[in-house]
Amino acid sequence: MSKLMPLSEAIRKYVHDGDLVYAAGFTHLIPFAAGHEIIRQHKRNLVLARATPDLIYDQMVAAGCVRKVIFSYMGNPGVGSLRVMRAEIEAGRLEWEEYSHFSMISRLQAGASGLPFMPMNPTAAGDLERVNPNYRQVIDPFSGSPVVVVPPLKPDVAIVHVQRCDAEGNAQIWGIIGEQKEAAFAAERVIVTAEEIVDESIIRSDPNRTLIPAFIVDAVCHVPYCAHPSYTQGYYDRDNEFYLSWDEISKSRQKVQEYLDEWVFGVPDRSAYWEKLGPEVHRRLRVGERLSVPVNFGSY
Amino acid sequence: MADYTSAELLTINAARLLRDGDVVFVGVGLPNLACNLARRTHAPNLVMIYEAGVIGAQPTRLPLSIGDPTLVSGAISVCSMYDIFALYLQRGNIDVGFLGGAQIDRYGNINATVIGDYLHPKVRLPGSGGSMEIAAWANRCYIITPHQKRRFPEKVDFRTSAGFLGHRREREAARLRGGGPQAVVTDIGILEPDESGELILSALHPGRTIDEAKENTGWDLRVSASLRFTDPPTETELNILRNELDPGRIYLRGGE
Repeated sequence: MSKLMPLSEAIRKYVHDGDLVYAAGFTHLIPFAAGHEIIRQHKRNLVLARATPDLIYDQMVAAGCVRKVIFSYMGNPGVGSLRVMRAEIEAGRLEWEEYSHFSMISRLQAGASGLPFMPMNPTAAGDLERVNPNYRQVIDPFSGSPVVVVPPLKPDVAIVHVQRCDAEGNAQIWGIIGEQKEAAFAAERVIVTAEEIVDESIIRSDPNRTLIPAFIVDAVCHVPYCAHPSYTQGYYDRDNEFYLSWDEISKSRQKVQEYLDEWVFGVPDRSAYWEKLGPEVHRRLRVGERLSVPVNFGSY
Repeated sequence: MADYTSAELLTINAARLLRDGDVVFVGVGLPNLACNLARRTHAPNLVMIYEAGVIGAQPTRLPLSIGDPTLVSGAISVCSMYDIFALYLQRGNIDVGFLGGAQIDRYGNINATVIGDYLHPKVRLPGSGGSMEIAAWANRCYIITPHQKRRFPEKVDFRTSAGFLGHRREREAARLRGGGPQAVVTDIGILEPDESGELILSALHPGRTIDEAKENTGWDLRVSASLRFTDPPTETELNILRNELDPGRIYLRGGE
C-alpha cells in the first residue's frame, strides 16, 4: 500500500503540538524541509531531540515552535555555537536535557530495542550525571561493578531523510548512517522523506542497504533536496557556506526573522526553496560520481 | 620568532605525538590536520576514525564538519553512531583521542559545557559531544589548546570529561579503561601529567620561557626536572601543512 503524500500533509497528520520529535541525521541527511514545514504550520510546544541540534533546531527554536530540547552537542558543526538556542537557554526561556553522544544514542538504542534501559561503562565525569537524573547507576549482577544506565528515548514522531525508498516506505541509506535506524524504530510514528521514490525491485536488488522497513513507516514524502544546507551523500554537497553565514545571521534576532520570512514563510515548499537558491548554488553543490562496485547476491 | 603561526606550531607538535599504526578518534580542525600530517610523515599506517561513524577515512579536501561527505568516499567502513561508540571506543579499539575545551584544570579534567552555574549559565558552551567517552576510554588522550590563564583554572566549573579527577589514584579507582590525558599541547609548550596526575611543564617551544608558561596558567605550574625544548617546525612539515593540507589557511591562520 502506497504511503506517498505531500510533506505538508504528513506533517499535518503526524506531528502534533507538544510532541517529542526526533528529526534524525548526524550532519548528513538532516531533514531541513520537514523542519521548515513544521515552522510554516506553526506547531507549538514541541520537545526536540537530536544528538546535534544543528541549524534545523536553531531555526525551529527561533520560530517559537519549541518548549524543550534534548541534545548531546549544541554546536554549529565546525563553526561555533548555535546562537539562538544558546541565547534562549542563557536567558532561561528554553528547557533543556543534556547527554553525552553515547548516552544520547544509548537512549535511542533502548527505545528502538524495547528495553527498559541501556547500560554503559562509567566515564567518571560525574557532573552530567549529577545534573541529569536520567543517568543512574546500577550494579552489574555478574561482576559486581557499577554500570551507568539511561532510560529509553521514545519519540512520538521520527523524521528520517533517505536517498531512496519505495512508495510503501522501504528505505535505503548510504554514507553516514548516524542514528536514523534507531530513531525510526524507537518512534511511535515515522515520516520518511526521500530524494528518490523507486520501484520495490530496486530496493530488493540491494537488501543490505535497507535500514528502515516499510511496516514501521507511516508516511513517505518525495522531497528532493530536503536536506539542504545539510547534504545527501552522492546527490549534493553540504553547503558549508550557509553554515558559516548562519553564524552571522543568528547574531541578530531580526536577521533570523528576516531569514525565516524569506526562506521558510516566503516559499510554499522545498522545490520552490531549491529554485530560489538559484543556479549558482546548484552548481556549487553538485557532486561527481564515485560508484561502488556491484556485488553478486546470487540467483537461488 | 620564526615564521610560523601558533596554529601551525600546535598542529606540528600534536602530529609528532602520534605513532605509526595508531587508531585515532579524530576531531575536525587542528586534530584532523595533525593526523593527516602524521600520515604523510612518520605514521603512514595511522587509521583515522570519526565519531560520525567513519573508519579509515581518506579525506581529499579539508572537512569543515565532522560529518563531511569527503570522509565517507573511499573510507574502509561506515557504521552507525551507536556502533562507533560501542564497538570501537567502549570496546577498547581506539588508541588516541583528541580533546579540547573552554577550561582544562590542574589534573587534566575538561569543561566544555558551561561557564558559571549549570542551571543559570553565564556562558552556555556546546557540551560533551563524544568527549565524555573519549576521555574515559581512549588509550591515550591529547589536548590541543591556546595557553591562556582563563583556559587553565585550578578547577573546572563543570567536569565534562575526566582527566585524573583529583589525583591519579582517583582515576585508577574509577577503573576507566583509558589511560587519560598524556599531553596538553599549547602555543607555549607541552604539559604532561606527573606521577600524581598533575599537569606540569615538560617542554617549551623555541623562544618561549618558563615565566610565560607560569603567567598564563591558573594554578602554580610546576616545571619538570627534565624540561626540554621542542624542535622547531621543519620546512617539510610546514610545506605539507601549507601546500597540501590547508592551502586556504582555514585553520592554520590562527595566531598569525
